[in-house]
Formats: sequence, C-alpha cells, structure tokens
Amino acid sequence: MALRTEELMLNMGPQHPSTHGVLRLLITLDGENIVDARPYIGYLHSSVEKMMEQRTYLQNVALADRGLDYLTALANEEAYLLAVERLGGIEVPPRARWIRTLMLELQRISSHLVWLGTWGNDLGATTVFLYCFRERERLLDLFEQATGGRLHYVYFRPGGVSQDLPAGWTDRVLAFCDEFPGHLQEYSDLLTGNPIFLARVHGVGVLPKDAAIGMGACGPVARASGVGFDVRKAFPYEAYGEVEFDVPTQDAGDCFARYLVRMEEMRQSVRIVRQAIERLPDGEVRSKVPVAVKLPRGETYTRTESPRGDLGVYLVSEGADRPYRLKVRAPSFANLYALSEMMRGWKVADVIAILGTADIVLSDVDR
Amino acid sequence: MVAPLQRDIVPSARPASVEKAIEVLDRLPVGSVVLTKVETLLNWSRAASLWPLGFGLACCAIEMMAAFAGRFDLDRMGVIPRATPRQADLMIVAGRCTIKMAPITRRLWEQMPEPKYVISMGSCATCGGPFYHDNYSILKGIDQIIPVDVYIPGCPPRPEALIEGILKLQEKIKAGPFLRRDAAVKA
Repeated sequence: MALRTEELMLNMGPQHPSTHGVLRLLITLDGENIVDARPYIGYLHSSVEKMMEQRTYLQNVALADRGLDYLTALANEEAYLLAVERLGGIEVPPRARWIRTLMLELQRISSHLVWLGTWGNDLGATTVFLYCFRERERLLDLFEQATGGRLHYVYFRPGGVSQDLPAGWTDRVLAFCDEFPGHLQEYSDLLTGNPIFLARVHGVGVLPKDAAIGMGACGPVARASGVGFDVRKAFPYEAYGEVEFDVPTQDAGDCFARYLVRMEEMRQSVRIVRQAIERLPDGEVRSKVPVAVKLPRGETYTRTESPRGDLGVYLVSEGADRPYRLKVRAPSFANLYALSEMMRGWKVADVIAILGTADIVLSDVDR
Repeated sequence: MVAPLQRDIVPSARPASVEKAIEVLDRLPVGSVVLTKVETLLNWSRAASLWPLGFGLACCAIEMMAAFAGRFDLDRMGVIPRATPRQADLMIVAGRCTIKMAPITRRLWEQMPEPKYVISMGSCATCGGPFYHDNYSILKGIDQIIPVDVYIPGCPPRPEALIEGILKLQEKIKAGPFLRRDAAVKA
C-alpha cells in the first residue's frame, strides 16, 4: 500500500538569520525535496525612486548610497552619476575618472568580503566571517581616510569626486594590495580544503546557461553559469576601457562555481587597483558644475557592473533641477528571479547555501 | 583551596562591628563571601549578558555585524546574537522599518521573554531618518510600535556608537528596579 503524502508549505522569513535582510521565501516541499521556492518581497521598499523626483541631482547622490544596495554605495553613485553626466554633457576630469575606477574596485572587494563572510557564517564556518571582516575593516579605514564615511560616502559628485585623495593614501592602498592575495589564499584554504564545505556546495544549486540567460541573471551568478558578460568589458565606462583585467567565468553553474568566480573577481580587482594607482594622472578632480545643476530635456539609460551585476539607471529629465523619473534596474532583483530556478529539485538543507551564493541585498531588490 | 578573605587592605579604618562580621564570615565553608542586594546581583548579571536578536533591517545591520566581528568584538560586553526571539532579551532595531515590516517587528518583540530591552540604532529606526521623512513607505520611528530604551543617532552609527549605546543600556539596567513590570505599575 502506498504511503499517502502531501506537499508542505514552509515559510522562511522575513526574519531569518540567513536571509541577510527581510526576504520572505515560501518553499513548497515534497518530503525533503524543494518543489518550488517563491520569494515575497517588499519588506524594505523605501520608495527611493519616487523620492529622487523630489530632490535635486546633487542631493540624490546621498539617496543613491542608502536607497539602493547599501553594501556598494559607490557603485550606486557611479550608476546614477553616469546617467546625470551623460544627459547633461558634463565632463569628468581624467584624474577623477581614474579615482572613481580605483574606488569602485575597492568597493567590489569590500562587498565580496561581506558576501564571503556571511555565507561562510551560514555554512558554519565562523572563522571565515571573522577573517573577512578583519580585511574589510582595513578597506573601510582607507575609504574613511579618503571620503570620510565607512558605509555611505557621497564621494562621487556630478563632474568628478568631492575631494582629492589624501597624501600617502595610495601607498596604504598598495600595501593592502600586497598582502590581500595572501589573505584570499587563507580564505581559500579554510573553505576549499574543508570537506564539509565542499559537500554542501559542490554540484548544488545548478543554474544552467540557458536558464541563466532566460531568467535575466547577471553579474557573478551569470558568469558562474558560463555567460561571459561583463559591462566593464562590453560597455566600458570611466577608465575600464584602458585597464587590463580578465572576466572570470565557470561552466558548472553550481554554488561552488559562483564562489570561485567571486574569489577570482577579488584578485582581478586588486589587479585593476594596482594599474589605477600606477597610471593615476595629475590635475583637477572636479569640473565646474553648479550646485543646482539643470539637465536638458531628454532621457538616457546607463549601465554599470556593480559587485552584484548589471546595475542600470534610466533617467528622464524635463529640464528641471531634479529628475522627472528615475528607474533603477537592480541586479539583485534579476538574480532573485533565477533563485527559484536554482533551488528547484534540491533538498531543504541546501536552501541556505544556494541563497547565499545568489548574494541578494534586499535594499537593492525592493528599493 | 579557596583564598581567605582579604582583611589587610585598610586594617586601621575598620570598625569593630565589621571585624566581628569578618570573623563570622571566615568560619563559613566557602571562605570568601560577597554581600550585596539580590536586586543588584540580578541587575548586574542581566546587564552583563545581553543577548540581542540577530535581526537586521538595512544598512545599520552591516555596521552591527561589524561590531560583532573581530575588531570591535561585542562579545567583550557579553553581547552574543541569538537566532530566535525566544532566547533574546535585547532587540537592536538596525535600519529602516517599512510599514509592511512593522507588524512583523512588533510580533518579534512580543515573542521575546521579559525582561526585554530595545535599542533603536540609527536615524531611520529613531525617527524615520534624515532622508525618509517625507515618503509613504517607511515607519517614522520604531517607537510608534514598540517601547525603546536607548536611541543611537547616526546614518549609520559607527560600531563605537553601538557599543556606547549598549553601555548606556547596561547603566540603565543596573540602576533600574528588579521587577520591571511592578515598577511600571507603581509609576
């Protein structure tokens, strides 16, 4: 006689120690197997796009810091300001362009360190969390010396950056670049040499290439599935067209591949930072732009590669000193689509490992 | 072997009654004894092991995580995050709370056992923030739904500010009455 079974609905979140924010997942289980995982969002909707319509272009830089992905404040500022500068035809001096490139790559490292630390913490590797935050604090010190902020910087401004780098700062960055690859090896030894970690992530949560493209996945999630697309290469902005770096890709599409891609991205970021410091030109860091800058009537769409993926800003101006409409294409939101695809068919115990590698920031999803 | 009571610190300044008390205490089986009020002892133990709910809403949660990590190390104050409200006695509201999230925050607070304390970390949790004061989706201050003991300003506050807030809360607990509910009724 066959055992009568039925599906179980499991609610995870919005308060859960491993969702890293206020994500709610409704998971349908058949025994231990995941039949479906549906994300419910909106618990951190801060209506930032609407608020941007009521503030001037300069004030909105601070909103871009907080309202979007708060782990990558500089990448948000960059995406927003690229749109403003393109629509207004604002020139950015060469030194400011290189400083921006340098800062964006440091931001990528600090963001990936938070991801690696919290993901390791979720998988029971608390040591990795402590080690990652140790290096991140050094990066935050560097940010603080240059911009004054630890998490929210308001450093990029229309037409450049707010101030020049402090004296001796680049030497401290180079010292960090010298020892950081060693630390990466340290994390790698802690994780890749750990059979429990490997058993939890190797071959788990596979996102095939066609599904990655079909679901609109971007950034490291797509690159781990064999989609070799990076906005920095395809549509270079700032100084990315002039620096040498590789776009790491993996074909497996599992959690381990996403981990490898992000680890390699940190190495490539160090490479870009070194080149940026080497080739940092002298000169002005900010062109003359009025405080209440008015943009001509028109619309534009700019895309950048934030640490989570393809971050786009669609800006419509009606000729005033504030946007008529501003829409953000958030990478976390696109990767959240792919999450159901990654989870379907795996065990309930794999949910945390898969959710961690999608690297979703709910502030970016909900905005 | 238990160390004998220290009696040589200020030998001349001690009244005869204290000398007699020390003689009595010395004959007790454990040897050394600390005299205090039950209230002080309980408040001291409560203040020294605040277990917050691991509950982050937005940016401030990242600074809270940094405060738990190696450099600032909130473990030094006996603060260890717990994953469930049933084991927690402190809620650090870190970040902006939306109107959609407010009932859930309230329920989490209700699930925590007494005595419980709330720290409002950052401007958004305190008053709706420096930026979200004029929008439709953010709650203008977490104190509209749950009582708050300590407010920490900042956007986001530095980990040092969070540590200061926890020290202030410890002062408050140590100075307060033993039974919170009874005290509230009398007041």
